Amino acid sequence: MTIYQEIKKSLLVSLWFMFLTFPIMVIKVNTIEQTIDWHWWRLAGVGVGVFFLSFLWRYAIARKEAGKKKAEISGEEKVALIPRLMGNPRFYIPGLIAALILVVAFPFVFSMYQTNILITALIYVVVGLGLNIVVGLAGLLDLGYVAFYAVGAYSYALLNYHFGVTFWMALPIGALLAFIFGIILGFPVLRLRGDYLAIVTLGFGEIIRLVLENWNEFSFGPSGIANIPKPSLFGLQLSLQQSSIFIYFLMIGLALMTIFVVRRLQDSRIGRAWIALREDEVACQAMGIDKTRTKLSAFALGATWAGMGGVVFAAKTTFINPTSFTIWESIIILCVVVLGGMGSILGVIVGALILILLPEYLRAFSEYRMLVFGVILVLMMVFRPGGIISGVRRIYKFEGQNTIAENNNA
Amino acid sequence: MDYFLELFLGGLTRGSIYALIALGYTMVYGIIELINFAHGEIYMIGAFTGLIVISVLTMLGWNSIAIIILAALIAMLYSAAYGFTIEKIAYKPLRGSQRLSALISAIGMSLFLQNYVLLAQTSNFLPYPNLIPTWDFLKPVGHIVRSTEIVIYIAAALVMVALTYLIKFTRMGKAMRAVAQDRDMSMLVGVDVNRVISFTFIIGSSIAALGGVLVASHIGQVNFYVGFIAGIKAFVAAVLGGIGSMPGAVLGSLVLGWTESFFTGYISSDYEDVFAFVFLVLILIFRPAGILGRSDTDKV
Repeated sequence: MTIYQEIKKSLLVSLWFMFLTFPIMVIKVNTIEQTIDWHWWRLAGVGVGVFFLSFLWRYAIARKEAGKKKAEISGEEKVALIPRLMGNPRFYIPGLIAALILVVAFPFVFSMYQTNILITALIYVVVGLGLNIVVGLAGLLDLGYVAFYAVGAYSYALLNYHFGVTFWMALPIGALLAFIFGIILGFPVLRLRGDYLAIVTLGFGEIIRLVLENWNEFSFGPSGIANIPKPSLFGLQLSLQQSSIFIYFLMIGLALMTIFVVRRLQDSRIGRAWIALREDEVACQAMGIDKTRTKLSAFALGATWAGMGGVVFAAKTTFINPTSFTIWESIIILCVVVLGGMGSILGVIVGALILILLPEYLRAFSEYRMLVFGVILVLMMVFRPGGIISGVRRIYKFEGQNTIAENNNA
Repeated sequence: MDYFLELFLGGLTRGSIYALIALGYTMVYGIIELINFAHGEIYMIGAFTGLIVISVLTMLGWNSIAIIILAALIAMLYSAAYGFTIEKIAYKPLRGSQRLSALISAIGMSLFLQNYVLLAQTSNFLPYPNLIPTWDFLKPVGHIVRSTEIVIYIAAALVMVALTYLIKFTRMGKAMRAVAQDRDMSMLVGVDVNRVISFTFIIGSSIAALGGVLVASHIGQVNFYVGFIAGIKAFVAAVLGGIGSMPGAVLGSLVLGWTESFFTGYISSDYEDVFAFVFLVLILIFRPAGILGRSDTDKV
């Protein structure tokens, strides 16, 4: 009986979706030649697909509800498998060594094309870790993060064009400029809460992109800046391939440094202040944490990494224009953080590798990339808000005089 | 003077358009405190559905007035269905969880819908036929105001009156106000909260679709991306007026429409979009609650 009901339910859902997608999926009009193409097979596809997906959806929702209830009853959070493995030296030391060997050997074993893809992924690791400070640790949703990335990229490109500044000089300058921009943009938004903050940062991101697009005298407008030199190694002339390998190791170094700094930050006084701010702003202020300074430092430090990522991006592609810095770029970086796990370093790395490498290897589906990103964002939020590898919440337990509590209960 | 009048009426058109979208934003925000990022996409889907209906019926040789009315109605129906479904899939399972999660889910939905239309239809700009005839009595002032614009003013005004009636005098409106004030409490006194929320999405979405069909007829083209920028600007308008407040949304839309119109008319048109964002930032810094909004304090 219940199976019959389930099938009926799915059938209804599938009919509903066939109705819903009918005009947009089936009818394709050509307004110039006044013809209409009918794609009936798509309707059948939607019907069958939704029929099965609705079973899956209901099953997943039911499981989620059951999980929630169970957690409420037992009152303790399970530590997920991966953090548990990471905490065990027997697993993580061999894992670390294997990863190290793979990382060092990669550019020599695989082709230059593969290396270049991995460089892109590494840039996203660094930038994602930066955004992780703002979104994951401090809980401030920043939708204009790409603006700082653009600041870094343009500061290298323009300084090089006008003054011949080298990559190595530009890296700290780009980081510093992004830091300053982080503070400048951070100031006005300090008073804003959650979603207002998201919209204002989105506005900032768009303002910077539109200015870059329209202010031709300054940024060369939509045509962008070409012939940005690749980084040099003590003045050696590098071939194209050598220079890719060099950028690769540079990015590995930068990523390691970022991981190190973010880890140290997480455990520092300011890092704990960020987490407290994320959890409860009012309680945090009551504990005497300076809200202004904490928020500003999150913004500025997050921006710094975007700035560095931007400088490397400009050096790697040797050409930049404003179309690389649209709002969707911000959203991809946000996807990296959300998919991987907000507040978790390993999560961000895994997220960046998945989101950047998968579309590269699934070229055939590249047009579906953004569609899939949208679905991922929704599904992750509904079913696994913590991400693939969620950050481990520090739990303090009261140990020692348990007997008193037990006596009170009895 | 003519130029001024032209800009003034142009601003009024913009403002009415923003108002049609901003009302949906502000209604949803008032009830579940969520920025429905996908609202702009609902508007875009309304415009597309309208275009499809118009094209099919034009080929069947219908009367143009009948076509535009039917197209608007079907677009409203479909957008309402989309709004309803989106709420069930992307927002309802997240009720009670962090606000950040719901917002990210909304962004994902917006991204999905844009690419859904892009893949199912096309990425090009499609020409949008304007079926509203040019009225004879408007001929002398034809360079200042077109009949489509008059229809937009009238539609916006009618929608506002109808909404005010709905909120103030009907049972559903009362329930909506109750849920906006305190969801748990209204549940206790027997309000079906899920139904109220679904209803809000349906109403907001169908208004947006009406806007979508009218605006696309006015501008004369549509593509999958029109919803995003319109949605953002309508959101600016809603925030400007004080989000959650319906008269505020209309007032904010008109203020934004006029300022944009005069700014681009007298100063520069390159930075039109920059201007809207700068405006938003300035409002939020100096008056975070908006023109008509109340500033409420955090409850601990």
